[in-house]
Amino acid sequence: MNFDFSDEQKSLKSEARRFLDANCPTDRVRRVLDDPAVTHDEALWKAVAAQGWLGAAIPEQFGGLGLGHLELCAIAEELGRAVAPIPFASTVYMLAEGLMLAGDDTQKSDLLPKIAAGEVIGALATSEGPGPVSAATLQATVAGGRLNGVKLPVTDGDIAHVAIVLALEDGKPGLFLADLGHASVAREALKTLDPTRDAARLTFKDSPVGRLGAPGAGLDLLAQLLDRAAVLLAFEQCGGADRCLEMAKAYALERYAFGRVIGSYQAIKHKLADIYVKNELARSNAYYGAWALNTDAPELPVAASAARISASEAFWFASKENIQTHGGIGFTWEMDCHLYYRRSRQLSLVAGAPRLWKERLVSHLERRNAA
Amino acid sequence: MDFNDAPEEAAYRAQVREWLAAYAPKRAGSQADDSLAASRAWQAKKAAAGYAAITWPKAWGGQGGNPIQQVIFSAEEARHPIPPNPFQIGLGMCVPTVMTFADDATKLRFAGPAIRGEEIWCQLFSEPAGGSDVAGARTKAVRADDGSGDWLVTGQKVWTTGAQFADFGIVICRTNPDAPKHKGLTMFWIDMRAPGVEVKPIHQMSGGSGFNEVFFTEVRVADSQRLGAVDDGWKVSLVTLMNERLAVGGSVGAGWTQFLEAAKSTPGLDGAPAIEDQALRERLADWYVQAEGLKHTRNRTMTALSRGQTPGPESSIGKVVSAIQMQELGAAAIEMLDQFGIIDDPALAPLKAGFHFSLMFGPGMRIAGGTDEILKNIIAERVLGLPGDIRLDKETAFKDLPTGR
Repeated sequence: MNFDFSDEQKSLKSEARRFLDANCPTDRVRRVLDDPAVTHDEALWKAVAAQGWLGAAIPEQFGGLGLGHLELCAIAEELGRAVAPIPFASTVYMLAEGLMLAGDDTQKSDLLPKIAAGEVIGALATSEGPGPVSAATLQATVAGGRLNGVKLPVTDGDIAHVAIVLALEDGKPGLFLADLGHASVAREALKTLDPTRDAARLTFKDSPVGRLGAPGAGLDLLAQLLDRAAVLLAFEQCGGADRCLEMAKAYALERYAFGRVIGSYQAIKHKLADIYVKNELARSNAYYGAWALNTDAPELPVAASAARISASEAFWFASKENIQTHGGIGFTWEMDCHLYYRRSRQLSLVAGAPRLWKERLVSHLERRNAA
Repeated sequence: MDFNDAPEEAAYRAQVREWLAAYAPKRAGSQADDSLAASRAWQAKKAAAGYAAITWPKAWGGQGGNPIQQVIFSAEEARHPIPPNPFQIGLGMCVPTVMTFADDATKLRFAGPAIRGEEIWCQLFSEPAGGSDVAGARTKAVRADDGSGDWLVTGQKVWTTGAQFADFGIVICRTNPDAPKHKGLTMFWIDMRAPGVEVKPIHQMSGGSGFNEVFFTEVRVADSQRLGAVDDGWKVSLVTLMNERLAVGGSVGAGWTQFLEAAKSTPGLDGAPAIEDQALRERLADWYVQAEGLKHTRNRTMTALSRGQTPGPESSIGKVVSAIQMQELGAAAIEMLDQFGIIDDPALAPLKAGFHFSLMFGPGMRIAGGTDEILKNIIAERVLGLPGDIRLDKETAFKDLPTGR
C-alpha cells in the first residue's frame, strides 16, 4: 500500500507550481477577468502546450508524453491553485479523455496529436438549458450525419475547434464530434459567473458530425467520461481550496483587531481548522479517485463521485470562508478572494452539480450493497 | 500510488488471515460480565502469536513489525466477531509512557503482562475541575514526612475509562502549587489496588457506565514510581496525549452502511422506501464521502509512518469528523423512523437500538479524548501555525489562579 505520489510526480508538481507562479500570477488572470473581449490567456496556453502538459496523459503514439493520469492530476492541482484562465479542462479532461475513451483510430490519430501540440481546443456540449442533462429533456438530434439543435452553456464553446456533443440519433442519445469551425455552427459568447472561464451558446444547423463511440451509447459513455473528468477537476478544486486556506491564514496573521492578530481568536482559528479538515478529506478522496482513474479500476464510478462531492464542498467552503476571514477588503474587486469564489462555483457545475453526483453515488452504493 | 498490497504486505495479510481463521473467536463476546474474560483470552492468544503488540520491539515482547502490518492485522481482525479491547489504553498510551520514562527493570516488569492482557491500565488525567485543561490538575502528591522518599497522593480524577477493572494507572499530580501550572506537575504510575484508591462508576447520560471517578486518599507511591523528573510531568503527559489522539480516532457506532440498510426497509413518505427520499440520499452521500475521506486520510498517514515519518497533529481530524457524524447519523436514522423513533428498545428498534446508541453516545465522543474545540485549536495552532490564545495562567503560581466553582 502506498497512498502518495512518487518522488518524480512530486517534482513534476513543484516544477508546475514554479512555472505557474512565473507565468500565471493573478494579475495575468485578471486580464481575462477584466476585459470581456479577452477569452483566455493565449500566451499561457501556448506556454502550457510547450511544457507538454496538454499531452501528459496522451500516449506517445498520438503525440503525447504518455506519462499517465497521476501526472495529469498533479498538474491539475497546480492549475486550480493558480486559477489558470485557459481551456485546459475542456480540452484535456473532456475532449482528449473522450477520444481516448471512445474514439476510433482515425479520430484519435487526427485529433490527439493536435491537442497535445496546443493546436486544437476542445469543448463538451451536453447542456441545453436549466437543470441537469437527461434523456428526457435532450432535444438536439442527428440524422444522416447532420446535427441540429442548440447547446448552452458550452464552456469554451466560443474558442473551441472541436466539441463532443450529446444528441439523439434514432431517438437514442449518442456522442458526436463536431467541427465548430464549420460555417453551419453559430456561436454566441455568454456572460459567465467566472469570466476567467468563457462559455457560449452553440447553434447547429445541419452541421456535419461524426459518431464518437457506439450509436445509442451516449449516456453511458458520457457517464464514463465524466467519471474521468471528475477526478481531474477534483484536483483543480483541491489546489484552489488549499490556496484559499493559505490566503486566509496569511491574512489572519497580519490583520490586527482589538489589539491582536485576528488569527489568535478562536472564531477564526476554528473556521480555518474547519477549512483544513474539509480540504484534507477532499484530498484523500481525490487520491483514491486518482488511483482508480490511473488503474482503470472498477471502483472508479464510486471513487470519482466521492472525489467530486468532497472537493466541490471543500473548495466552496474554503472560498467563501476565505472572504469572510478577510472581512470588508475581501468583498472588493481588487482582492483575489472572489477569483476563487467564482472558480469554485464554475468547477462544481461544469461536469454536473454535486446534487447529481450524490444521486449517482448513492445509486452505485445501493447496487454494490445489494450485490 | 498503489492501493493494493505490496508483495510483502500480501504475504503478511495471508499469514494473518490463516492465523485468524484458525484462532479467532467464532461468535462475539456478549456485553455481559464475561466480556472481560473473553477479551483477556483473545488478547493472550494474540500475544502468544506475536499479534498483540505488532509494532513494539521484540525485546519488549512485540513483533518488531511496522505500522502497515498493524493496519493489516486490525483490518483483518475486524472481520471476525472479536470481543471488546480494554487493553488499548494501556498498550497505546500508558505503557508506552512508562517505557519512555521508566528504568529497564520496570519496563520488563510491565511490558509482558500488558501485552498478554493479564494487567489492564488506565489513564488518570481528567479531573472535575479540568478536562480540556489537563495542566490544571489539582490532585496533589506530597512527600511523606517519614524520610522514605515516598509520595502521598490525594485528590480526585474523573472520566477514567476502565478504572473499574484496571490494575495500574498513570496519574498526573500537583507537586508544586507555588510554580506556574505547567511547571508544578509530576507523573507517577500507581497501583489501583493500593490502600486509599476508590473507584466509583459514572452513570453516563447514555445509560452505561464505561467511565469512572477515582478518589485518592493519601495513597502511598514510591519515588521509584515517578515517571520523569519532579515538576516535569507536563512533558511526560504530552507523550501520552500524542498517543491518545491516534488511539481515539477510530469510528464507533453505526455508519452509512447501516443507515442505507435501514433506509431500504423503512417506509418513507407515501409508503415508498425511505431510501427513495432525495434529502436522505444526499445526507447518505455526505456521510459516505466523509467516512471514505477519513479512511484514506488514515491510509496517507500510514504511508508516512511506513516511511519512518512521525504522525503529526493532523491525525486530530479523525475524531472531529467521526464523532459529530455519529451523533448526526444516529439522529437522522431515528428521525427516519418517525413516531416509532421514540422507542429505544433493542427488541423493537432497528439495529438493536444501535442508532439510539449513536444518538446518546455521540455527545460523549465529541468530548472524550479532546473536545471538538480543543482538537480544532490543535489543528489551528500546530498544523496551521496560528498563535495560541492569550493566556492568563502561564506565569502565575498555580495556587493564585482563579478557580471558579
